[in-house]
Amino acid sequence: MTPLLTTKGLSRNFGGLRAVDSVDFTLMPGEIRAVIGPNGAGKTTFVSLVSGRIQPSSGMIVFDGADITGLPAYVRVRQGIAYTFQITSVFANLTAYDNVALPVQRTLSDGRSKGAVRAGVMAALDRTGLADRAHMPAGQLSYGHQRLLEVAMGLALKPRLLILDEPTQGLADSEIDNFITLVREIAANATVLLIEHNMPVVMQLADRITVFNAGKILAEGTPEAIRENAAVQQAYLGTAP
Amino acid sequence: MSEASPAKAYGLHFGAIALLFVLSFLLPEYYHGLLARIMVLAVFAMGYNMLFGYVGLLSLGHAMFFSAGLYGAGLAVIQLGWSVPAAFAAGLCCGVVLSLVIGLLALRTSGVAFMIVTMMFAQVFYLIILYFSSWTGGDQGMVVPQPARVLAFGATSLDLTNPTVRYMSALGLFSLVLMITLVLVRSRYGRVLVAIRENEERTKMLGYDTFSNKLAAVVISGIVCAASGAAYALLFGYVGSGFASVQYSILPLLWVLLGGAATTLGPLIGTLFMYYVIDITSGYTSAYLLIVGVALILLVLFFPKGILGSMRQRWLGWLP
Repeated sequence: MTPLLTTKGLSRNFGGLRAVDSVDFTLMPGEIRAVIGPNGAGKTTFVSLVSGRIQPSSGMIVFDGADITGLPAYVRVRQGIAYTFQITSVFANLTAYDNVALPVQRTLSDGRSKGAVRAGVMAALDRTGLADRAHMPAGQLSYGHQRLLEVAMGLALKPRLLILDEPTQGLADSEIDNFITLVREIAANATVLLIEHNMPVVMQLADRITVFNAGKILAEGTPEAIRENAAVQQAYLGTAP
Repeated sequence: MSEASPAKAYGLHFGAIALLFVLSFLLPEYYHGLLARIMVLAVFAMGYNMLFGYVGLLSLGHAMFFSAGLYGAGLAVIQLGWSVPAAFAAGLCCGVVLSLVIGLLALRTSGVAFMIVTMMFAQVFYLIILYFSSWTGGDQGMVVPQPARVLAFGATSLDLTNPTVRYMSALGLFSLVLMITLVLVRSRYGRVLVAIRENEERTKMLGYDTFSNKLAAVVISGIVCAASGAAYALLFGYVGSGFASVQYSILPLLWVLLGGAATTLGPLIGTLFMYYVIDITSGYTSAYLLIVGVALILLVLFFPKGILGSMRQRWLGWLP
């Protein structure tokens, strides 16, 4: 099986800081991959490079067998890489409906019928449990619902690779349970790359875990292997005195 | 902008057009002529609103698009002896070409830089008009001769200098642009434009090529403003460099802010309001600009989103 996403020697410098330092990363189709690591480890920078929001200083990104390193972000989105923002970035003044209609109307192939947009929007809102709030301005939704709206927008793009950047941040425990179910459903049709701090969520969802530290991949493996990994424990907890 | 109350919205717009039509038979001569002029300038404001209101791009150079139409049509009639429809089309073409070129260059910037770049280009355009004064008439401008301002259909002909014909032509153009605006802002493309205004970065991450969408908006805005300019030259018969000056870049901004940015009827309300306040106050005092200024300050204080914008926010959520 060919990998869905590969990066080779991917680096990004911010001034003197190497936020991402020659990362070689491989993601197989259908996986749920969690990316964890201490604050400032370069996780968000790494997925921003993959989604095209920022350009790499060096290295290359291959998506589905094609080099996408030089492509602008919107072209990558069209090829199936969807990114949901860490800091909630919905269109606050537009209704939840319009927020989701934007990705839906772009992915529609027939392009004309009004009913198709409506059906697509309501399907995405239904899956995230926001259907009864369709006509509320997104800015008036609770924080948890705005996070879900982000996911609905990502879903509506019909991505092959869905990048979720700290999706459970600020969610209540009850919302997190629903969220785990939702990600499992999404993973039936798409590959999921999940940056997450909440360890119970990571352990329940991830097929494999990649640990970042200081811009490099520190370890990679199944949840059990990562839990037992001494280097990971050291990165998170510090060296024993 | 979603599917809420299309019937109400279309009803309101047809109602507004019908009202303007009826007014043609009720208004005294002076106000009849004034309203015709206001409708043509409201088209200019609508073109400006398309870019400023919906896409959030604040241009300080729209006088050049208006004058592209004004001079495009005016010079075609005066220097080349073209007929009215051909001259109008020439004005539109000038608007398309100019807005395409300016859009390609100016859209490389955003925010304050966009304001400055558009303003500089407009100044260049203004100075070019003055420089080629042997053709353009320089700061004196040119008068489009009355015999040339006739719309001929075979045997019958319409004299654009006739007040009723002039009023109805202005109303026709106004109605057309108003309905195009309404359809456009309710369309999927309109939704994308608003998304760019609200959060361009996010719109890109939904797979939209925001540069092309913005460029299209600049060109649409440029065509509408050029249509207004071309109509002005042909209906009112005066082509002057004053219309290319910075004042005419700021006026549409004021009209739109007054009436309500990102409202379809706001540009008309704003233009109307401004003209009538000036008209009424200048009858009482020579310091009428002072009163206009006070009126503007009061409006900004109590209707910060413009007349229609604030009405929509407070009472009429369905207003397009």
